Amino acid sequence: MGEFSKPFDAIVVGAGPSGNAAAYTMAKEGLNVLQIERGEYAGSKNVQGAILYADALEKIIPEFRDEAPLERHVIEQRMWTMDDKSHTGMHYRSDDFNEEKPNRYTILRAQFDKWFSSKVKEAGALVLYETTVTELVKDLSGKVIGVRTDRQGAPIMANVVVLAEGVNGLVGQRSGLRNEVAPESVALAVKEMHFLPRETIEARFNLTGNEGVVIEAMGTITKGMTGTGFLYTNEESISVGIGCIVSDFAESDSSPNELLEAFKNHPSIKPLLEGSECKEYAAHLIPEGGYKAIPQLTGPGWIVVGDAGQFVNAVHREGSNLAMTTGRIAAETVVSLTRKREEMTAANLAEYEKRLGQTFVMKDLKKYKGIPDLLHKNKGNFFGTYPKLISQAMQTWFRVDGIDKVSKEKAIFRNFRETRTLWGMMGDAFRVVRAWR
Amino acid sequence: MHIVVCIKQVPDSAQIRVHPVTNTIMRQGVPTIINPYDLFALEEALRLKDRFGATVTVLTMGPPTAAESLRKALTFGADRAVLLTDRYFAGSDTLATSYALSMALKKVAEEFGKPEIVFTGKQTIDGDTAQVGPGIAKRLDYNQLTYIARIVETDTEAGTIKVERRAEGGLQVLETRLPVLVTMLEASNEMRRGSIENALIAARADVVTWNAAAVGIEDLTKCGLRGSPTIVKKVFAPTARTDKAEIVETEGKADAKAAALVEAIFAKAPAVEQELLEQAAHHYV
Repeated sequence: MGEFSKPFDAIVVGAGPSGNAAAYTMAKEGLNVLQIERGEYAGSKNVQGAILYADALEKIIPEFRDEAPLERHVIEQRMWTMDDKSHTGMHYRSDDFNEEKPNRYTILRAQFDKWFSSKVKEAGALVLYETTVTELVKDLSGKVIGVRTDRQGAPIMANVVVLAEGVNGLVGQRSGLRNEVAPESVALAVKEMHFLPRETIEARFNLTGNEGVVIEAMGTITKGMTGTGFLYTNEESISVGIGCIVSDFAESDSSPNELLEAFKNHPSIKPLLEGSECKEYAAHLIPEGGYKAIPQLTGPGWIVVGDAGQFVNAVHREGSNLAMTTGRIAAETVVSLTRKREEMTAANLAEYEKRLGQTFVMKDLKKYKGIPDLLHKNKGNFFGTYPKLISQAMQTWFRVDGIDKVSKEKAIFRNFRETRTLWGMMGDAFRVVRAWR
Repeated sequence: MHIVVCIKQVPDSAQIRVHPVTNTIMRQGVPTIINPYDLFALEEALRLKDRFGATVTVLTMGPPTAAESLRKALTFGADRAVLLTDRYFAGSDTLATSYALSMALKKVAEEFGKPEIVFTGKQTIDGDTAQVGPGIAKRLDYNQLTYIARIVETDTEAGTIKVERRAEGGLQVLETRLPVLVTMLEASNEMRRGSIENALIAARADVVTWNAAAVGIEDLTKCGLRGSPTIVKKVFAPTARTDKAEIVETEGKADAKAAALVEAIFAKAPAVEQELLEQAAHHYV
């Protein structure tokens, strides 16, 4: 045991995007890093839509495009509001996204995470799989000094523990560093992978080569719950899924798989999946509580990154980039403290939060801090009434039936006013603007 | 005591896909596992390690990525991992594989001491031939014990081993002299969970990697596709059954229901009725 008695510079709990970013950054800078992952391999337990935002990864591995398993680069974004039979869409497609270094990619997490993990090992970190950290070990002063795992043996010691353990934060909870995630702050998403030949995908979505399309949808598909549906094109498959806030599911009669079945059978989605074969089914929690749900991020000997810190921008459907960025910044903080031979005290590690405050991560989450509450309190309107009203308005407007346009305009306005009242609409508009600013 | 366990990295059959045109296994992107039968062999070796302080070497032939499976074997508590890898080995059938592995085992004997026991699983889940183990035994002139359900006792001083072998129609109790090659049956034991120390050692360990030349293979025509007399004539997917099950609606008491059911079956299959009637006539005349 002799050679193991020396504490590691850092232990990273988890091998998702945030943990890999942290472990890679620290190992690359020469720190003695141990990373512990409960899955059989990195990515075996991880679920995401999944979109990879290049910028965050580029800051960690600039040449990632040459080797990472990427599916398609996204050139078109479709935003849909849906009622039961229609969708009203805003599509943005640009050849500018066919750039030398594309901005966003679709990925398959099982493959991507495995690749990222191989980079972590190349950088010199020691990685244990199929090992679950059960709790943190503290000294008498309460400083975290190591971890205990589900394998037999002595605890493993480290100067600092980076908690990249994912949305549930079980290790942090068990070790008394945080509370359980509130059901209002977390969404449950389910998704399926449907295989289709690449030519079919390209013809169906108007794509050539490795171009890809992303569809994000909201409306009656979530049956009045706060949530969204999505459909992403991969190289030879389509990821389709839907997710809603857990506390909404608790009050609802609908189960996640019922929502997904209905979404897949929606007349706007069904033809896109025609003839495909479902090969995978996955479900996962997404932290969507935003800024107000962020737990304590640092303490003596510990630091929290990624989903465990609620770092998801639900409005813009961003998460993995926030995860990688928080992982990198936590790692940089640890590296600079290690270099200066400073202790991993709560005060010293608080530098991480200071640095984070200067990045898009905290700025964006702060900007949207009112959104989760707003949606929660008005979910019936935002995920039911308005999508229906928009569909009805569109139908009235586009259906040619001998009625004059002035009457049509009046009918549309009357429909809005009667369903949602003028004051109600003004209030909603005011609240959205306030939450958005 | 030195024990070698031969393992194989195989695609996880629970997640496998078959190419719709060629009917071959699509290995790309499919997670790999240690051949499940080999885990019983490895656990048996580790039990002997616990008892006699044996050294356990795991050996595999495969692509460089097979090192993952070896490392995993180390997390269970094996002491040393050897990877035999060379592009000349690609396309090996059981004859070429057992040749290459037997050469590697000779090299293992030279470098780390002669193994008293070589373990394998009873077969692999991707080939299902059960030929490589016996092939190795024959080439090394080891006694061989196949389809072993339990090792009853190992006497290291007398150099003997006693086992229970599952045979058609019963259980055989066999005893033989070491060195021996043992192929283990499924469910013969339960794989342990390695300690945190094992996991750390495994993560740090170097896998000993040898190519054909390193194990003294000079005649490359005995390796890979060239050394494999097996010819795959045709690969096909069995056609799906087209006939469907049918529900027969019946009414009344149990015997009436049974009679109605039998009548419905006979109506569908007169040949069955004919055959049963003939049998009945034969029995009751």
